[in-house]
Amino acid sequence: MTVRPTADFDTAIDAAVSIGRITKKFGDVVAVDNISLDIVDGEFFALLGPSGCGKTTTLRMIAGLEFPTEGSLKIFGEEVGMLPPNKRPVNTVFQNYALFPHMSVIQNVGFGLKMNGVAKSEVADRAAEALEMVRLGGLANRRPSQLSGGQQQRVALARALVNRPKVLLLDEPLGALDLKLRQEMQEELKGLQRELGITFVFVTHDQEEALTMSDRIGIMHEGKLLQVGSPEQIYEKPSNRFVADFIGNTNLLEGTVQDAETVCLANGARISVASDHPAGTAVAVSLRPERAVIGKHESSGNGQTSVNGVIRSVTYLGNAVVYQVELDWMTLEAREENRTSVTRREPGQRVSISWNPQDVAVVAE
Amino acid sequence: MSSPVLPRGSAKLGLTVNAWLIYLFFYAPILLLVVFSFSADKNVGRWGGFTFDWYREFGQNDGVQSALGVSIRVALVSTLVAVVLGTMAALSLERFTFRGKKVFDALLYLPIIIPDVTMAVMMLLFFAQFFDLLDAWFGLSLSKGFGSIVISHIAFSISFVSVVVRARLAGMDDTLEEASMDLYASRWQAFRYVTLPLIFPGVAGGALLALTLSLDDVVITQFVAGPGSTTLPVFVFSLIRRGVTPLINAVSVIMLAISIVLVALSLFADRSKRASAKVSN
Ligand SMILES: Nc1ncnc2c1ncn2[C@@H]1O[C@H](COP(=O)(O)OP(=O)(O)OP(=O)(O)O)[C@@H](O)[C@H]1O
Ligand SMILES: [Mg+2]
Repeated sequence: MTVRPTADFDTAIDAAVSIGRITKKFGDVVAVDNISLDIVDGEFFALLGPSGCGKTTTLRMIAGLEFPTEGSLKIFGEEVGMLPPNKRPVNTVFQNYALFPHMSVIQNVGFGLKMNGVAKSEVADRAAEALEMVRLGGLANRRPSQLSGGQQQRVALARALVNRPKVLLLDEPLGALDLKLRQEMQEELKGLQRELGITFVFVTHDQEEALTMSDRIGIMHEGKLLQVGSPEQIYEKPSNRFVADFIGNTNLLEGTVQDAETVCLANGARISVASDHPAGTAVAVSLRPERAVIGKHESSGNGQTSVNGVIRSVTYLGNAVVYQVELDWMTLEAREENRTSVTRREPGQRVSISWNPQDVAVVAE
Repeated sequence: MSSPVLPRGSAKLGLTVNAWLIYLFFYAPILLLVVFSFSADKNVGRWGGFTFDWYREFGQNDGVQSALGVSIRVALVSTLVAVVLGTMAALSLERFTFRGKKVFDALLYLPIIIPDVTMAVMMLLFFAQFFDLLDAWFGLSLSKGFGSIVISHIAFSISFVSVVVRARLAGMDDTLEEASMDLYASRWQAFRYVTLPLIFPGVAGGALLALTLSLDDVVITQFVAGPGSTTLPVFVFSLIRRGVTPLINAVSVIMLAISIVLVALSLFADRSKRASAKVSN
């Protein structure tokens, strides 16, 4: 397998899918609102967002099951926006699997090849091979209704992959599985993707799934694409308020930008943090609970990287302890790993919450 | 599941009597019909010893034979056309949105509600006007007969077929069609390999319904049939007017047998389909 460059995502030259200013309206509803996005050949790309944000609609437009109202859609440089689904080099794993109930497992898997006019003997060989790949070789003659959810999921995967698509689209493929199976399938999917080198576009509303599986994530909200980046970039440097709040837990400390180095918080405290917003912009400083360091009251004192408060509640999670710390103007959440070296705090205790300047991010609307 | 409660005492007696009464109402006339179709007496209702004469006559009577032939041909042709058109109508109503869809939908149900006699008069008028027009414009002189019967039967069968097929389509997951097109099937292939097999029980049910309706129809056919082309039920009707012989008993038994065979076939098709769905691996 060739090693692909991962750093330079801006170049559209080797874009597997290139979405240019696409909008999709259903009557008055704007399901997808002017999205531009390049998905690189060979990457595992996740589209993440809350319910109704337009993920499925975006995926369906790439598949050809929905046509964009405006904009251009290219697959490996070729404009496909208005091509019907059967003319596109992509395949889809549907959320409900959409296996054909009147066909056996092997017939399901061979369907795409048959439609493509592949010779009968080759269809049989390749379908069997694809079933082996998802470890279902023994179940070739069953009907989909005789399979468990996880097995159906694998059949759907084999049915799509057997066609060797240039891009595989997956719409919440693990949504219907229970937690354990879900984690197993996550690994399996990721492994398959690495092995085959096919571009995966994966829709999910589960942020943990997106973070663990993807090379890059696109965060959608109300039809708009808010941020695209690696899991780290998205988590560490969210580009706006929604992303910061949606990915993981965070504390948002309201304030306004004073200069490039300082944000004035709502209680009047000035904290030093870098931001590129113009002075006067209303922003929030995002502080992750696990980055908040609990210390002695007034200990760091300078007020630039700490605030003072009182512990209101303590929640024991087993592997960690979560504290709700009440400031005089808001409540913060702080999380400490449950190590024996860490002293446990009691409700009512006066503490300070501090952080490293590089651990916080300034986010605007 | 709770086990069924067995009736006791007077309830049990009442239910038993009820069951027997129902059987009596259903089957006594049928039994009588069958018995008297073997009666040698010329009077329909009098037993005159056992004979096959009426069945022999059924086989030899030219009127009966030609009526039977017309019935079968009408039923086959009208069913075929009605199944194709009715299925297409059902598909367009379930799968597409288009102008005037609501109106089309409502109109499609009309033939089910319209009384037979009304429909018959309508068809009669229609053919009278239509043939006049053809005569005036193209100098074609056509008259009522096989064609007009077939057209009338198609007209009322389409509604029944499309209602049955639609029920089946409505229960079908439409992502299956999308999945097939995602797997490179053209629209036609998606229909041929996915939609049709899945709605087939509905299509077959609709076809059997159309076949039965066509074979049974008297009222409409009587209005639109021409000289020389009558269907079997209409022929039986005219036999009664001329004076009844047990021949009509024999004819009726044969029609009954055809109906039973059709129903049995549909049950059998359904059963074997389900069985084949179960037995695999
Ligand atoms: N066929 C349609 N007709 C009208 N509105 C639609 C249609 N499909 C989607 N929408 C609307 O477009 C918006 C985006 O829908 P979409 O299915 O893409 O959301 P999603 O992000 O996949 O949500 P979920 O996580 O719940 O699946 C929603 O407001 C939805 O109601
Ligand atoms: Mg969705």
